Amino acid sequence: MCLAVPGCILSTSGEDFSRMGRVDFGGIVRQINLAFTPEARVGDYVLVHVGVAIATIDEAEAERVFAALESLGEAGGAA
Amino acid sequence: MKHVDEYRDAEAVARLAGAIAAATTRPWTIMEICGGQTHAIMRFGLDQLLPREITLVHGPGCPVCVTPEAYIDKALEIAAMPSVIFCSFGDMLRVPGARGDLLGVKARGGDIRIVYSPLDAVEIARANPGREVVFFAVGFETTAPANAMAAHKARSEGVKNFSLLVSQVLVPPAMEALLSAPDTRVQGFLAAGHVCTIMGTEAYGPIAARYRVPVVITGFEPVDILAGILACVQALEEDRHEAINMYARMVRPEGNLPARTLIDEVFEIADREWRGLGVLPSSGLALRPAYSALDAERRFGAAENAATAPSICISGDILRGVCSPLQCPAFGGACTPEHPLGVTMVSSEGACAAYYRYRGATRLAGD
Ligand code: SF4
Repeated sequence: MCLAVPGCILSTSGEDFSRMGRVDFGGIVRQINLAFTPEARVGDYVLVHVGVAIATIDEAEAERVFAALESLGEAGGAA
Repeated sequence: MKHVDEYRDAEAVARLAGAIAAATTRPWTIMEICGGQTHAIMRFGLDQLLPREITLVHGPGCPVCVTPEAYIDKALEIAAMPSVIFCSFGDMLRVPGARGDLLGVKARGGDIRIVYSPLDAVEIARANPGREVVFFAVGFETTAPANAMAAHKARSEGVKNFSLLVSQVLVPPAMEALLSAPDTRVQGFLAAGHVCTIMGTEAYGPIAARYRVPVVITGFEPVDILAGILACVQALEEDRHEAINMYARMVRPEGNLPARTLIDEVFEIADREWRGLGVLPSSGLALRPAYSALDAERRFGAAENAATAPSICISGDILRGVCSPLQCPAFGGACTPEHPLGVTMVSSEGACAAYYRYRGATRLAGD
């Protein structure tokens, strides 16, 4: 039920609680409420739950996940 | 799809599984709170990649599963009224109350509509001014912002024929209840990432310190879940009792402040009953007095506790992580997703359904 899906913002319109955006989920485009992600811009990825964006994805933090994996690999290779 | 596919990469998964095996020297029992994580663990077979010493137990993090029977019965009663359009997320339709389920009411002519978002229910109310539109507002913190937004829009835009049947629950009080139980087996937690996206991480440091358990905020894809388990095992092995955020691309320490502000405007903290856990103090949300006109329980009468019929179903113990679905005598026999006896088989995020769907063959081979 807490399922939330990342999608890319194609366009935005409106303000405050009526701030909406067209969001692309791998080819499926839906109108999503963006009121809780006022910082999100066209091209940003947002995390969407029941029609509402609940977070803007932090790309730098996403990269850190894979950087950490790389260093695991080195440790594993050395062992 | 970006931000999904790369977290399902087989090589990354194998690398993490190797690192978990290398880090583990002793047996540990770790609970994933969230039903979405339970589902992913079973779907991708992640538990089978772990060393023998690691036991995953499944938590109560499925709102469909923990919504009390009294609210299901109230929903059935309201949905059967000819004046009402009853709106719900699809997964609530087969949850059994004392007198059947919403699907049965729909079959008998009840106007029940499955909606994708609570905001859709507000639009249905606007389009049908002659009818009462009721939304079944179940969920954890993750769903609270959308439910709060629906309430706020209906109130500020004067949509008077809209109301909410609220069964909103909060995760940290349930974690404390589980950890306080004398029969708890939980030594470490994977905390629910999307709940933390809203509420942030501040609740978990004190829980980690007080109950001496590491709490690792974890996402939902295979790489996320294994990275969460690795961080939890490392903390357990080093005797560190702290909250660790392994889902930082989605979770800020303070959570989502605009969402928290609106939740706080619309809802207040209240005692809530959880199916399987009983009434937990301060474990849910109720509409504030300023929003009470939108409360379906005020419009249609309060949900009342019904006596529950005795059953062989052990879903209460499964929701507390004390039993595994495989310990239930009805699992896969008398109880299947087609004929569920309990909530943990109804919801696709319930542990019984996840085991049945992804482990049916294993069970038969082991019999
Ligand atoms: S298998 Fe069915 S009867 Fe057994 S605990 Fe799960 S839901 Fe209840």
